[in-house]
Amino acid sequence: MSDGGLGTASSHRRSATEHDWLRHYGVWVAAAAVLLLLPHVPGLSSNFGRSLLSQMGIATVFALSFNLLLGQTGLLSFGHAVYFGLGGFAAIHFMRAINAGLPVPMPLVPVVGAATGLAFGLLFGALTTRRAGVVFALISLGIGELVFAASRMLQGFSGGEEGITANRAIGPRPFGLNFASQLQVYYIIAFWALLAAALMYAFTRTPVGRMGNAVRDNPERAAFVGYSTQGVRFIVFAVAAMFAGLAGGLHAINYEIVAADAVGAARSGSVLLMVYIGGEAHFIGAILGAITITWLQVSLSDYTTAWQLYLGLFFMAIVLFAPGGLAGLILMHAPIVRTRAFAGVLGAYVLAAIPAVVMLTGALALLEINYRLSTQPEAGSRMKLYGIAIDTSTPWPWVAAAVCLLGGWWVFRRAWPVVAAARQRAADEVAGHGEWAAP
Amino acid sequence: MVELVTFSLLNGVVYGLLLFMLSSGLTLIWSMMGVLNFAHATMFMLGAYFSYQIGRYIGFWPALVIAPLLVGLLGGAIERYGLRHVHRHGAVAEILFTFGLAYLIVEIVVMLWGRNPIENRVPAVIDFPIFTLFGTSYPFYKALMMAISVSMFTFLYLAFKRTRVGLVIQASLTHPQMVGALGHDVPRMFVLVFAVGSALAGLAGVIGGFALLTEPNMAAALGPIVFVVVVVGGLGSIPGALVASMLIGIVQTFAVALDYSLLDLFRVLNVPVSRTSPLHEVYAVKIAQAAPVIPYLLLVLMLILRPRGLLGTRET
Amino acid sequence: MTRPEASRDERRACALRLAGVHKSFGVTPIIRGVSLDVLKGERHAIIGPNGAGKSTLFNLISGRFAPTSGSIRLNDAEIAGDIPSAIYRRGLARSFQVTNIFPRLSVYENIRCSILWSLGYKYNFWRNVNTLRDASEKTDRTLEQIRLTARRDTLAGVLTYAEQRALEIGITIAGDAAVILLDEPTAGMSRSETDSAVELIRSVTVDRTLVMVEHDMGVVFNLADRISVLVYGEIIATDVPVRIRENEAVQVAYLGTPAHA
Repeated sequence: MSDGGLGTASSHRRSATEHDWLRHYGVWVAAAAVLLLLPHVPGLSSNFGRSLLSQMGIATVFALSFNLLLGQTGLLSFGHAVYFGLGGFAAIHFMRAINAGLPVPMPLVPVVGAATGLAFGLLFGALTTRRAGVVFALISLGIGELVFAASRMLQGFSGGEEGITANRAIGPRPFGLNFASQLQVYYIIAFWALLAAALMYAFTRTPVGRMGNAVRDNPERAAFVGYSTQGVRFIVFAVAAMFAGLAGGLHAINYEIVAADAVGAARSGSVLLMVYIGGEAHFIGAILGAITITWLQVSLSDYTTAWQLYLGLFFMAIVLFAPGGLAGLILMHAPIVRTRAFAGVLGAYVLAAIPAVVMLTGALALLEINYRLSTQPEAGSRMKLYGIAIDTSTPWPWVAAAVCLLGGWWVFRRAWPVVAAARQRAADEVAGHGEWAAP
Repeated sequence: MVELVTFSLLNGVVYGLLLFMLSSGLTLIWSMMGVLNFAHATMFMLGAYFSYQIGRYIGFWPALVIAPLLVGLLGGAIERYGLRHVHRHGAVAEILFTFGLAYLIVEIVVMLWGRNPIENRVPAVIDFPIFTLFGTSYPFYKALMMAISVSMFTFLYLAFKRTRVGLVIQASLTHPQMVGALGHDVPRMFVLVFAVGSALAGLAGVIGGFALLTEPNMAAALGPIVFVVVVVGGLGSIPGALVASMLIGIVQTFAVALDYSLLDLFRVLNVPVSRTSPLHEVYAVKIAQAAPVIPYLLLVLMLILRPRGLLGTRET
Repeated sequence: MTRPEASRDERRACALRLAGVHKSFGVTPIIRGVSLDVLKGERHAIIGPNGAGKSTLFNLISGRFAPTSGSIRLNDAEIAGDIPSAIYRRGLARSFQVTNIFPRLSVYENIRCSILWSLGYKYNFWRNVNTLRDASEKTDRTLEQIRLTARRDTLAGVLTYAEQRALEIGITIAGDAAVILLDEPTAGMSRSETDSAVELIRSVTVDRTLVMVEHDMGVVFNLADRISVLVYGEIIATDVPVRIRENEAVQVAYLGTPAHA
């Protein structure tokens, strides 16, 4: 992201700087206000809601740290959970020490996670950042598997299958708070998440952060303008590991248990999913992806047993049709928001959405039925789909689903040219003033 | 002792040949197309499931032929209709496509066959002992696995060295862009290579499905090891894949049988280690416990010290 | 057009000195013993038929490859075999024949990233780049020099070809390197674009040493104080443009026969 053009006249710059201050810091102040009020919003004020918000906070820090690697510096890692998990383990052991009498208040525990993440980031980073691209990805995979296997073997450190537990309510009580309630935990997480996000954002604005972008775009040229690509990657890697460790510390406080799955391949894959679906090229994409995927993971599993399948399909759809992720899809419209044709584009989207929803309903129905039949064969052929009781041994649910799927697809294909035409009109309008690339 | 060594060696060779069948396909795909195919191990899984399903209706021997063919067709279709379109979005998108595909295929398998291991028993027609050694009998199907792997290697070797297509593919393993520049229909070869690579994995799955548990997790269990083999063996080198497969197969099989730990070593050397020392747990780890870790250790060391691999010709 | 100082070469220091530089790829020799003295402040062009090894020579000097043997001295410091970032830090910057910019960064960011090291910010991770007064002033100045101020917020990847070539030069000169290597700066340009490029090159190399590979003879004779001719990895002549034009060996290399045969 580049800053807007400021005039060279000094008086212009002075008032522009004041205006900038508001623009830059205003966002963070607003975010802080939102975070303060969020757990009191009806719908989110239950324990479940606050727990969900806490999980989103942890995921956001983790995803932002991964974004530093992938989106900002072009480093694809399949083992980022290593720093998350090791930070989490260190934090939970520290919590146990607090339980045993160490006079440190619980809200400071995430610092231990961050320090651990940083330490291992420096250690492993020195080994792995010599290479980039596919080699780096594979090394990260290997280290991830190594650390996971090692943590399974070293029971004293990781608690083996059961993990390590601690109690966040036993320890010093600043202002009389005992941190037992989910609300207090939420505020701890929200504070650290906001701080971490602000620090990471600031990091992307530093010389190293900018050179990270340059190394991502063209590592060779970065060398020819004086920078060691390994040096830049190493620093970014260590910082990313530090914040991943911080997220691990938050995880420890929230769940009061950390087990080997915290360093596992599934968790590394999950953060990759979040950042890519959200949009790997944008800072805000990581936040969007973390919130969306956490919400899906938590709520979808209540509605359907096939939620992992849906997550996979969603991911594939993004890879195939929207590689810029959700943030990319939204920001893609930024140049045309002010055009007169924009209303037409929105209308076309609504028009195309109707057959799309019908098509999806049919597809989901088929998937749901199949999933149920194969994973719970003992439950028989009767089931409830979208609240309607159906008998899958009769043909009509299958026929209905197939009709929705095929019919919806047929209408959608006819509706898409309308969307394309509307976007073209908007693009033409912008073309008078600049460029807009339709996908 | 001799018995242990002999059987470990035999089993190690069988496991190594299985790994080779998987890794040769992956080497082909990666070397030629530059794609890190995370979905390769799922082709292995599909081979096992397809042969189980076909075997139930028709019988083992037809399944042995049809299942890999089906998997190969699927692989070709994936390249033609999926991967090809992702190519223009860059290397990261390609990797993520195969990554997501792997995830998706596992979920589809769960959808069709459930989460539990299926009863993929060795078919009666090949379930008999072929020889008895030291009182333990060695099953025929393992010998069959060996025979199939060896004949597959021979077939690959001949196909590469003796046919024109093979020659072109050999060249593409080390110089993919040049081959394209010379006018060969690279996209069509990509489809062919992806299909053949997947079919090989499927074949490995047909026979490997008996030796290992046939369940949705089998791809995730074997997948990373296959990557290790390809990296250790070296990019662009089928013989390298063979060497690395045998190395890892034999070493891991032997390691699993060894119940010794560093503590035992210290005891032999008369080095005292206190039970309360923090590293005691580390020293107490037996080689058998650490066996699953050995391939990854090898991977990381190889990538740091010699990214080209043992017999590889290039780094990426 | 030559500058009067060029005739007083013996008294001028050498910015870049190559001595006996050889480079073979495998068994194929590409550079077969090149010795060259580039004087401080001069504009030196390297010309030669295709395949002579001009780009390879640049790659050797700038550190992309290491020479098989021989010495390359930059202001009396040996740089043969050094890595590119080290050579840049010693004060030698190069441009590329195939545009080598940062496509997803804006024009402004492209230039700014090129000056961060030379301004001493190195691996600084605690200051916001937007508050670095010297960086923004230098970037603005460079943008004015390459006449891309109006495009400062455009992503480099969507610039026109000529704009990208200008940015390419901008990235090279932004860091105030004392010795600039330009690799076919006007390749693929129209007549008018070339003329602008020549003026740009002239203005940005006023107090610097320039070594330039070029095919466009008009550009070469317009800009260069001296010309070296590279043929099959060897320099067959180094002289002022007028005498190069009349040199028989050069004529044979280009035309096959001497011009007045």
